[in-house]
Amino acid sequence: MIGWKQIPPGMVILEAGSALKIKTGSWRAAYKPRWIEENCIQCLLCWLYCPDNAVKVEDGKRQDFDYEYCKGCGLCALECPGKKGNKAIVMEEEVR
Amino acid sequence: MTQIVAATGNEAVANALRQVEPDVCAAYPITPQTELMQRFSSFVSDGKVKTELILVESEHSALSACIGAAAAGGRVATATSSQGLALMWEMLYIASGFRLPIVMAVVNRALSSPINIHCDHSDAMGARDSGWIQLWSENAQEAYDNTIQAFRVAEHMDIRLPVMICYDGFIISHSIERIEYLDDDVVKNFVGEYKPLYPLLDVDNPKSYGPLILPDLYMEVRRAHAEVYKNVAKVVLEVAEEFKKTSGRSYGLFESYRLDDAEIGIVILNSAAGTTKDVIDEYRDKGVKIGLLKPRLFRPFPYEEIGKALKHLKAVCVFDRADAFGGSFGPLYLDIATSLYHYRKKPVLINKIYGLGGRDYMPEHAEAVIEELIKIAKTGRVRSYKEYIGVRE
Ligand code: SF4
Ligand code: SF4
Repeated sequence: MIGWKQIPPGMVILEAGSALKIKTGSWRAAYKPRWIEENCIQCLLCWLYCPDNAVKVEDGKRQDFDYEYCKGCGLCALECPGKKGNKAIVMEEEVR
Repeated sequence: MTQIVAATGNEAVANALRQVEPDVCAAYPITPQTELMQRFSSFVSDGKVKTELILVESEHSALSACIGAAAAGGRVATATSSQGLALMWEMLYIASGFRLPIVMAVVNRALSSPINIHCDHSDAMGARDSGWIQLWSENAQEAYDNTIQAFRVAEHMDIRLPVMICYDGFIISHSIERIEYLDDDVVKNFVGEYKPLYPLLDVDNPKSYGPLILPDLYMEVRRAHAEVYKNVAKVVLEVAEEFKKTSGRSYGLFESYRLDDAEIGIVILNSAAGTTKDVIDEYRDKGVKIGLLKPRLFRPFPYEEIGKALKHLKAVCVFDRADAFGGSFGPLYLDIATSLYHYRKKPVLINKIYGLGGRDYMPEHAEAVIEELIKIAKTGRVRSYKEYIGVRE
């Protein structure tokens, strides 16, 4: 941990993407999202709404969850439109 | 060439803002500040400045917009009074914590309740621990000069802190005085081109303002913040020195008036200092050794320098135009008392609360207090350490 003499003015963080260093997956308490690929229409709303780095996108396509960053908030599941009324994300109980 | 005009305090500060021409200004009207921003908005609509004027729905939003604009990388100014400053409360701490050099005129007015639109200092005193630098001004000339200097102080790379320029509502904001304006290009040169520190609009270098800092780092962040205030007095004096070269007018951390050989003294802020100096002259003519100290840089409080300037006196009265309800003494008294506490030999210190809600401060108030100080200096006996003056029983 850094001492006070190393604190940047205004505590402005100058390193881009440094939040990747904090693995928020350990915060997940009871529920975990599961991606159902056949219901996914690739709208990327889950990527947009996810407050962390848990929805990975490669070449414009949604990949599976990165659970190291998923805090289990359930926002993605709530926002997911899915295909013809069938959600592409469901929250499932997780025993840790 | 200097221009000599007759103008109100608000007019003078609006003119200073026109000359500085900030990038962004977000403000909300409140008496007695309203006239200042109304005049500035005329400069914007008449095309005299290119400032982006943001009209918001409250003072909380005004300062929020200023914080956003300053973090984005702009030179930013605003103004407020009383309840408006109170509504900014939450954002005041964020502006200073982010180290954003926002300049804000605070046209001093009493706080509700009871509602009142006239002058006292309870608004700015309530914000004295918010981390803003405070420069206080006796008259319209000082308010104008302080506004120009405030940009240099706020934006200095060793400081980067927001600054309030305080001057008395109505007494100064709305009274017409003789003022010397600097030329537009002199002011432009004096403040110089704005250099942002960590502009958010520099998108090639992404950065984050306002991270969550938990117990493992919060102490370090605040300790680092406290260190910055140690640089302020030096920069205020450097800027004042340079300002003297351009304007011929001298400023310090405080004004000492006939204090060097004095035995008794008065400490007082803003416009009432003018009245007091007149009364002091009368007593000096009678052979009474009295002087005055008028703080200019009130935050950060230059307690070492002020302690040195007052310690030789026998008796001092600190006038407060605000009370600290439920506390011991008025806010200015507390800082003066702390400045003197460590000296073995120090003056007897009394406190008078005066002028609340625009109650007139008259020469006879100063006279009564000087008579009291003469007695204290002679006998060492104190009738009352703190009392309200100019109040009906
Ligand atoms: S549950 Fe929350 S944190 Fe996890 S992937 Fe969905 S939105 Fe992101
Ligand atoms: S919100 Fe649902 S449908 Fe859209 S990309 Fe994410 S998982 Fe697929």
